[in-house]
Amino acid sequence: MKVLVPVKRVIDYNVKVRVKSDQTGVDLANVKMSMNPFDEISVEEAVRMKEAGTATEVVAVSIGPQQAQETIRTALAMGADRGILIKTDDDVEPLGVAKLLAKVVEEESPDLVILGKQAIDDDSNQTGQMLGALLDWPQGTFASEVKAEGGKVSVTREVDGGLQTVALDGPAIVTTDLRLNEPRYASLPNIMKAKKKPIDMKEPGDYGVDISPRLTVVKVTEPPVREAGEKVEDVATLVEKLKSAGAV
Amino acid sequence: MAVLVIADHDNAALSDATAKTVTAAKAFGGDVDVLVAGKGAGDVAAAAAGLDGVRKVLHADGDAYEKQMAEAMEALIVPLMDGYDALFAPATTMGKNVTPRIAAKLDVMQLSDIIGIEGQDTFVRPIYAGNAIMTVKSADAKKVVTVRGTAFDAAGAGGSAAVEAVEAPAGPFKSAFVSEEIVENDRPELTAAKRIVSGGRALGSAEEFERLMNPLADKLGAAVGASRAAVDAGYAPNDYQVGQTGKIVAPELYIAVGISGAIQHLAGMKDSKIIVAINKDEEAPIFQVADYGLVADLFNAVPELTDAL
Repeated sequence: MKVLVPVKRVIDYNVKVRVKSDQTGVDLANVKMSMNPFDEISVEEAVRMKEAGTATEVVAVSIGPQQAQETIRTALAMGADRGILIKTDDDVEPLGVAKLLAKVVEEESPDLVILGKQAIDDDSNQTGQMLGALLDWPQGTFASEVKAEGGKVSVTREVDGGLQTVALDGPAIVTTDLRLNEPRYASLPNIMKAKKKPIDMKEPGDYGVDISPRLTVVKVTEPPVREAGEKVEDVATLVEKLKSAGAV
Repeated sequence: MAVLVIADHDNAALSDATAKTVTAAKAFGGDVDVLVAGKGAGDVAAAAAGLDGVRKVLHADGDAYEKQMAEAMEALIVPLMDGYDALFAPATTMGKNVTPRIAAKLDVMQLSDIIGIEGQDTFVRPIYAGNAIMTVKSADAKKVVTVRGTAFDAAGAGGSAAVEAVEAPAGPFKSAFVSEEIVENDRPELTAAKRIVSGGRALGSAEEFERLMNPLADKLGAAVGASRAAVDAGYAPNDYQVGQTGKIVAPELYIAVGISGAIQHLAGMKDSKIIVAINKDEEAPIFQVADYGLVADLFNAVPELTDAL
């Protein structure tokens, strides 16, 4: 079984984002960038499938600037076999990403595509589902457990109120949630080895799909700031305050 | 102009999130129809028809719709969209699962988790876990939108829309429902609760979490939430999780117990009306957003608070 894992280069999740004063976006200059945390979970799941003998090859693909190559190298160091970089300096929206990935799937014919459920920059939560629709593949989103065997994929999903298990006829799309696994840190020898693994360099134009943006950003602003209130001495004062505020 | 709203439900009751989405659809403008796709969900269709401002309810009934599987919902909704200018769904796990498939089939870029509408093509949505707010204009002919429930009031009762049966494609589809484990409790649902008590990693164990948080919740008639740290540590089930990657809540009262206040957590609760923080670390970031902060050992303070209420 071949597994395709799309990975996105995003602002590191520990960085406090700053909105630019001209309201055109957030400041990405000199900010630490990393692999989207949900994508790390996807890579980990795919690599575990390979280690368990269910997957034969793991291919990491990224759409982004030249530096997205580093994100692919991270996936290779975790255990992916090779990479594909579709290089572009433009922001590609989830719909455009899904269209490019659909073309990559046509070329690569994976049995499973594992994606993060959302990227922590635009918080869209769309790409996996869109790819499913474009390919007419079934999907198991927000996965906390994945079992693939004999062309069938069983996915346990985190849904409102609990867990749901679905059975998919492969090939299929899986999007990952936090509890699926704990991604490994790449070891130094594996980081060295990853440098020798191949990355195919492509451009959006190679795929002949229209990825022009549909959305225009009008402005990006700071959220309203919540003022800190007061510290209370003890539980009795707290209860008194809550009562006078009509909260209890 | 007409908007189709996808109802979120369990075949027995219509979710509060749907009523909120109807309010957002009304703000967008035009006639608002609600699609109830389910199995034996007649009561849900009747409830949707009773929402204020709904023109009509489309009712699709079939085995494939009992769990509103994304592949079946796509087959049902894509043809229906010929008659609509926009598709609105609550940003629940159902909405998030289903709508991007329809957007892709319609060749439309979806607007996820909107918190405001500024005209027929302009929407407001949080990005970077709510650390930035983006106003964005869509050039697509049809709009596909998911709605953050905390940003809109629920539509009231008082409607008397007609319920119309619609043909529901029967498949076969490439996905099948196998089983589910839904956590049963008598407490209000997190995203709809007026009061929430939420526990963090400082509770130390699942036993302590239950022993301290449940009586406080019962006393207040509150829902119980948790930080991601508490969920990751196994102290609370995942569907308790409040934050960027969990549920977004905005109750009247939010009591954070032993929660430090990581950005991811604040993203999920900072729109609450009154925030109370109980934490023994007076430097904890949660105090920067709390209306009332109590620097205390939660193991003493929580039982004392429960008794005092």
